Amino acid sequence: MILQTENLNYVYSEKTPFEKTAVKNVNIGIGENDFIGLIGHTGSGKSTLVQHLNGLLKPTSGKIYFEGKNIFDKDYDLNALRFKVGLVFQYPEYQLFDETVEKDIAFGPRNMGLSEEEISQRVEEAAHIVGLKPELLSKSPFDLSGGEKRRAAIAGVIAMRPRVLILDEPTAGLDPVGRNRILEMLKNYRQEHNTTVILVSHSMEDVAQVADKALVMNKGEVFMYDTVEKVFSHGEELEKIGLNVPYVTKIFAKLRANGVYVPTDVFTLDKAEKVLLKLLKREGKE
Amino acid sequence: MKDLTFGQYLPYDSFIHKSDPRTKLLLTLGLIVTAFVSFNFYSLGLVIVFTIMAMIVSKVPISFYLRSLKSIWFFVLLTAVLNVIYIKGDNLLFSFWIIKVYAEGIEKAIFIAIRIALLIFISSMLTYTTAPTALTDAIERLLSPLMKIGIDTHMFAMMMTIAIRFIPTLIEETNKIMSAQKARGANMDSGSLLSRVKAIIPILIPLLISSVRRAKELADAMECRCYHGGKGRTRMNSLKASWRDAVCTLSAGLLLAGVILLNVFL
Repeated sequence: MILQTENLNYVYSEKTPFEKTAVKNVNIGIGENDFIGLIGHTGSGKSTLVQHLNGLLKPTSGKIYFEGKNIFDKDYDLNALRFKVGLVFQYPEYQLFDETVEKDIAFGPRNMGLSEEEISQRVEEAAHIVGLKPELLSKSPFDLSGGEKRRAAIAGVIAMRPRVLILDEPTAGLDPVGRNRILEMLKNYRQEHNTTVILVSHSMEDVAQVADKALVMNKGEVFMYDTVEKVFSHGEELEKIGLNVPYVTKIFAKLRANGVYVPTDVFTLDKAEKVLLKLLKREGKE
Repeated sequence: MKDLTFGQYLPYDSFIHKSDPRTKLLLTLGLIVTAFVSFNFYSLGLVIVFTIMAMIVSKVPISFYLRSLKSIWFFVLLTAVLNVIYIKGDNLLFSFWIIKVYAEGIEKAIFIAIRIALLIFISSMLTYTTAPTALTDAIERLLSPLMKIGIDTHMFAMMMTIAIRFIPTLIEETNKIMSAQKARGANMDSGSLLSRVKAIIPILIPLLISSVRRAKELADAMECRCYHGGKGRTRMNSLKASWRDAVCTLSAGLLLAGVILLNVFL
């Protein structure tokens, strides 16, 4: 386990009329090299939870362990932790500020106190990972397109080479092409760099496409935490809390109900295509 | 940034919450004036009792009022100490080195401290019990006679409403950007003065850009809904004075009468 929480609770505006429990008794363990999809409705506590994992928010009660060490111990270096647990906020393009894309991506590594040589090497690498063309690096971040800005901001966190990369709704507001690009990028990044990735999303399709495990939150509590396959097999329960399994999965469930023999682990269109083609071939033979 | 209690609206359900914001605004000013024209301990005592009663009626926990005092207690103390040191009178209590403390000075210091505390309590009561939009509404209505001499009070009130409306948004935005930069290792709490000033830039620039963007969006949204200034604009909830306002005004009037009587006769 690289990250662990123990009876984590977080209450906003405690002891005022605005008091609201955002995270309630969360006990989770995140393994090395996991790809976790964190799903839940708006206001289910997803964003609040992930801000605890790099120590930006201090829990009202409970503990968080990174590599077995309590991050809120007195002598724990929280600043160093933030380089190891990289957090990309929602709409990260609104945090871009520097003159050039290159300088903006270098902000994190520079705060780490690395040498100029190392910094430029990491900027180059991060830009390559997110698919930013080298000629964009010398431009002002405000001249980029929406999707490019988003990728530049993500590169700013990747350049710190975090052990755990957390992204809060990285596909929000992007068109299908931009969305796909980011998801595929994450998939490759995790495989090539052997890192842990946590993807916060309310889209089941996103999680189905890239994650191995799904952590479902409802009203601040952990509703389900298991492999994507197992979580999606509880379609009815998910619907009760207002979440949907991917449309393809629903269609395949109906096919099964009608006596067509299809597997239960179909969550993406690609997989559905393969399964159906195989099925058609077999039918043709018979 | 989290504990912004001074000036925040607290949505309890009380007699004072339901009163007309115009009445509350005028009576708040009146009450503050009354506190400052109470010249002896009896009349000031009456104002204190009245304020405490009003605080209880407002249903806002007393701890909130005390918290509003937290940010200025130093100012109260400083004023009191300066009064003790500088006011000269006939009854010298004690003196050491160059400082002479007179009974009059101590009396004056206590008066000033109590008055400032009352000022804070009374004005907090207004903002705790009145939603900001209701307050600007009241200001617009109270200033409306100025329209006759060519001052656009509606524009003024709209500007204030928008400014107040966006304070929480801006605070939220600032917190978000600060967190995002902290997540990239920005260090805002320590270091030399120069490095701290430099640390503001990654927060200030995104904040400015998003404010400009927000202003544009808001202007577009207002125009889409055919906003064209104050002329001929009607309201969804027009302000109406009720029996509550009569009660408030009457009790404030009685207080003022009591204070004047106590000032004159005791």
